[in-house]
Amino acid sequence: MLLKIPGTKYFEKVSEFSLAIVFLFEVLIFSQLSPFFFSAENLLNVTLQASITAIIAAGMTFVILTAGIDLSVGSLVAFAGVLTTSMLKINLPLYIVFPLALFGGILFGVVSGGIAGVFVTKFRITPFIVTLALMTIWRGASFVYTGGRPIWELPDAFAFLGAGRILGIPFPTIIMVVVFVISHIVLTKTKFGRYVYAVGGNLEAARLAGINTNFILTSVYVISGVLSAISGILLASRVNSGQPNAGLMYELDVIAAVVVGGTSLFGGRGTIIGTFIGAMLIAVLKNGLNLLNVGSYIQQIVVGVVILLAVLLDQLRQK
Amino acid sequence: MPTLLRMENISKRYPGVLALDNVSFELRKGEVHCLLGENGAGKSTLMKILSGALKKDKGRIFLEDNEANYKIPSEAQKLGIGIIYQDFKLIPELTAADNIFLGSEILRSSFSFLDKRKMNELAQKVLHELGEEIPADVSINKLSVAQRQMIEIAKATHRNINILAMDEPTASLTTSEIENLFKVIRKLKSQGVGIIYISHRLEEIFEIGDRVTVMRDGKKIDTSGIKDTNIKGLIKQMVGRELADEFPKHTAKIGNAILNLEGINCGKLKDINLKLHKGEILGLAGLVGAGRSEVARIIFGADKTESGKIIFEGKEKIFKSPKDAINSGIALLTEDRNLYGLFMERSIRENVSVSNLSPLMKGIFIDKAEEKKVVGNYFDQLQIKAPSQETKVENLSGGNRQKVVLARWLHTNSKIIIFDEPTAGIDVGVKYEIYNLINKLVEQGIGVIVISSELPELIGISDRIIVMCEGRISGELEKKDFSQEKILDLATQVEEKVL
Repeated sequence: MLLKIPGTKYFEKVSEFSLAIVFLFEVLIFSQLSPFFFSAENLLNVTLQASITAIIAAGMTFVILTAGIDLSVGSLVAFAGVLTTSMLKINLPLYIVFPLALFGGILFGVVSGGIAGVFVTKFRITPFIVTLALMTIWRGASFVYTGGRPIWELPDAFAFLGAGRILGIPFPTIIMVVVFVISHIVLTKTKFGRYVYAVGGNLEAARLAGINTNFILTSVYVISGVLSAISGILLASRVNSGQPNAGLMYELDVIAAVVVGGTSLFGGRGTIIGTFIGAMLIAVLKNGLNLLNVGSYIQQIVVGVVILLAVLLDQLRQK
Repeated sequence: MPTLLRMENISKRYPGVLALDNVSFELRKGEVHCLLGENGAGKSTLMKILSGALKKDKGRIFLEDNEANYKIPSEAQKLGIGIIYQDFKLIPELTAADNIFLGSEILRSSFSFLDKRKMNELAQKVLHELGEEIPADVSINKLSVAQRQMIEIAKATHRNINILAMDEPTASLTTSEIENLFKVIRKLKSQGVGIIYISHRLEEIFEIGDRVTVMRDGKKIDTSGIKDTNIKGLIKQMVGRELADEFPKHTAKIGNAILNLEGINCGKLKDINLKLHKGEILGLAGLVGAGRSEVARIIFGADKTESGKIIFEGKEKIFKSPKDAINSGIALLTEDRNLYGLFMERSIRENVSVSNLSPLMKGIFIDKAEEKKVVGNYFDQLQIKAPSQETKVENLSGGNRQKVVLARWLHTNSKIIIFDEPTAGIDVGVKYEIYNLINKLVEQGIGVIVISSELPELIGISDRIIVMCEGRISGELEKKDFSQEKILDLATQVEEKVL
């Protein structure tokens, strides 16, 4: 006999809800501790700081939902950055060079994600190994391509992407919100999203249910690649240069945001909203600790502890 | 006889299900106490609580009149409770001795290294006492299922247990292996071990049991001496009502051929020729490993043929992938629906619609209202027992899970439906419902292939039976010629020819 327990139906929403409570609690504490924290300017600043990793985390959520992982994102940030900035220096009118450079950077994301997808699906190599290899390849390629030197002296217009504002809102923040809204809709309302959960939940069952699993798996790496490339371009614009060592260790920050957001590394369970809150939770924490003049070494410890606690909370609730 | 174990008023709640409702259970020294009930009746939950693997919400456990308050399996083991689960918990790469001593390794006095020699010796002795001559230093993955079972028993008995629970121990054993198992059980019994025996096979219970307790829907229905009951009475207690007939009758209206396999070769399959008609139930018989599931996978496009032709609705077809086959109207209900059929963490709704979302789309979005309506129809039609179509599949019983998969294939407008072991792990009552559903399918002109290892089932529902043996079709039987002997004869035929 099945008995109904109220609320079990909304389980996923409940998990996001409790995470949101923790997040609000965190905001409340910092508002009390620091007078600057709850200003519009600081909050916008937090979203700006969070945007680069958060955008990548949206893509990573797709990958982790399929029970995969993408370790190459940090190196993609670097290579997309140096590629786009180098293309900006091509001696052609700006209205040609600008879209071309952006297109080049994003296309690189597609290619890298596609390579990862092919190795994962056709050659059946585990995603961890494939993307670990791509991580060192693109990192090395960034240094080889630039000769180890940053690319400077970029057109002024380029700086807008990372530093510009529309109606007072930082442009990367706007991009982040757009990425999350679209990702959320794709995952919850489209066939593709449904298939992503199916593939992550049970790969063989998905194939036998008539899903083109190779296409879905390849697609999530392409999505992750594209969003990493976009982040790389935004970051290059913000520091107004192409840095071969940009995005170092980003993969770990990004995975942390996704996992804190309640997505299971075993696939099939998790939400985009969760990832968003996870990314914000970490960003607010770092910002708040900065405002309180907590040293960066101690910050690392605190962030680590919070990641453990957040995941512990998720684990306890599932029992 | 003195009482070894008393479980009093045990209750346990899972999310969405009250798995145990005030259940009491008692075990005496040297008896075989059978525990009977459909899937989801709560037998396994009760055993998990006994083993310490699960925490009870309510109730008390007494071991020889002392209340026991263990919290984890290792504590229960120390108190003399041994459990053998249906899916063995052996580690395949380790040796028999390693597995037997897992968690209670014998160490050398110097440096605390493992004393392999001593463990091998002792393991060999324990196995010998069970009447088994398995070498203790051979790794588990080289042993047969029956031998693995003996290792599990040895693992439990070497710890001086006085309570041993066995969950479906005969599920994958042959007749002679079962006899051997019973010998071991009788031996343990004579040593005063109390045995809790869970099985679906009622005949066995009458052979080995002393008492039987029937559970249903998380409640204990009755405990009776084995001599004071009979199969019919037990079924009635399990199902809660009388079953009219084991197999519902249907009159076949067989139409044109819908599927022809001509000379298919693939892996172990050799020269498979097979014809399926509209409105026909074709039984596929054979021993495990004869190639029946492989035939299903070929038809479903899950494996590629090496040579031969598939003719579907009069035209030659090549199904490159399951997707391809599904689009043509072919469906496969896999043998292991949990592993290959279902998305456990998703809702019934999503599990049903997943193979045919196209008619539910509004532009690029899934029209959830429409989806709910469509799935709701199947939910009612197939009488899926769940709080709602939003219930996660992992909270459903085996029979309801099977109905969810069936609903999926009804939604794809299937013309051919292949059932691989359709009632494996499904309760008596729900089995009957599944047979009825299959009959309804063929009435609508759908061609059905049923693969089953239960011969009475195959004989009871099929219109025609094809028997396979070692990758070949070894014979075909019309309804008037059906008999278990003939099928078994054909299923083992090739072997004899080779000899």
